[in-house]
Amino acid sequence: MLEVRRSFGERAEVKGRAFKVQDREQFDQLVLPHLRAAFNLARWLLRSREDAEDVTQEALLRAFRFFSGFRGSDARAWLLQIVRNTCYTWMEKKGSMGSNVEFDESLHLSPMPGPEAQAVSGSERERLTRALELLSPRSREVLVLRELEGYSYKEIATITAMPIGTVMSTLARARERLQELLAPPARKEAARDV
Amino acid sequence: MTCEENRTILHAYLDGELDAPRSAEFEKHLENCAACVRALEAQETLRSKIRHADLYEPLPNDLESKIRRQLREASAPVPKRFVWQWLAAAAAVLFFAGISWRYLPKFGADSGLSASAFASEIVDAHIRALQPGHLTDVASTDQHTVKPWFDGRIAFAPPVKDFAEEGFPLIGGRLDVLQGENVAALVYGRRKHFINVFVWPERAGEAEQYTGSKNGYNWISWKQGELRLCAVSDTNRDDLNALKDLISR
Repeated sequence: MLEVRRSFGERAEVKGRAFKVQDREQFDQLVLPHLRAAFNLARWLLRSREDAEDVTQEALLRAFRFFSGFRGSDARAWLLQIVRNTCYTWMEKKGSMGSNVEFDESLHLSPMPGPEAQAVSGSERERLTRALELLSPRSREVLVLRELEGYSYKEIATITAMPIGTVMSTLARARERLQELLAPPARKEAARDV
Repeated sequence: MTCEENRTILHAYLDGELDAPRSAEFEKHLENCAACVRALEAQETLRSKIRHADLYEPLPNDLESKIRRQLREASAPVPKRFVWQWLAAAAAVLFFAGISWRYLPKFGADSGLSASAFASEIVDAHIRALQPGHLTDVASTDQHTVKPWFDGRIAFAPPVKDFAEEGFPLIGGRLDVLQGENVAALVYGRRKHFINVFVWPERAGEAEQYTGSKNGYNWISWKQGELRLCAVSDTNRDDLNALKDLISR
């Protein structure tokens, strides 16, 4: 079956044996190098560079405050965990969660020149960006962590606090949906009729 | 295993997340399922599109410096408890200063009443400063440490000198509030006593010098250049005069 043998218990072990770090210098060395990854995740979750700037700053401050509690070897994953939590808190505050579970068709399949029509025009990067932004936050999150960060399912499960099976199914649905959004309109109609 | 189930497994296969037996099983399924083969190819295409689209967001130019600045501020070595004590004390002083400002005439050479209000406030400020943790914001016997500390905290430069050899060692400095205004406070030792020397910009209409005492505390106030100084202590008046002479020397 899936390699769920690498279970969550491992996290506790890592906690137990790892070093304890506290001061600013170590924070600069261990955490700050991952600033771009932090900003990238925030940007994709929030769909806005401006919002991502604010939230990244907040997240880094939070990370610094929690830093004395950081025991582990993967500062990047630790930071991304804080970034995504800060993003979700921010979205809840702003009421911009949309549907947090899955893509809401009724919301997004608006009449011409709806977002989907836009998603198929423009450069490859623009099309992908628009299509990604139509996905739910959870789908965007797992896609970014998998495709842009290259994290394993288990690492994604740790960062997002989702069970590993949910990571897998969310990722599968997100990719299928992305493909649909990127398909030429004719093929999409055909696909919907099925 | 149905094809529907395999559609999810397909992604785990694509991501190399299947263990060897499960992987082999899925490959066997692919041999007999053209639909899954097409789906796998489509997903591989999508993946390579994503990888080539350069979606990783570039960092805004000034974000790192902004964050470093924030972190510097956040890690400034100011114990929180002290800040709150200090804020509470400052708020109390402001409150009473506000009241006296409103209901009492401004202290000055001409009014005995205002001078006594001033005496109360300056003595209170001295007593307050003697509470644990309140005496100094910057504790140093080195005038070259204490003097620059006031830079940027107040809009004037108090005279900071150490008189250890004359029997008045400099202990430190802090900010205080008198009559609703920020003042500098220098702390000197005198045998086992403390002397607070408050310094603020001279206001128009104040006498050159006046002295007083209240509840066993003595104070002496004098003008020095554009500054007004006021030394307060429970030590005797001769000591205060001696310190005044040293400071205004």
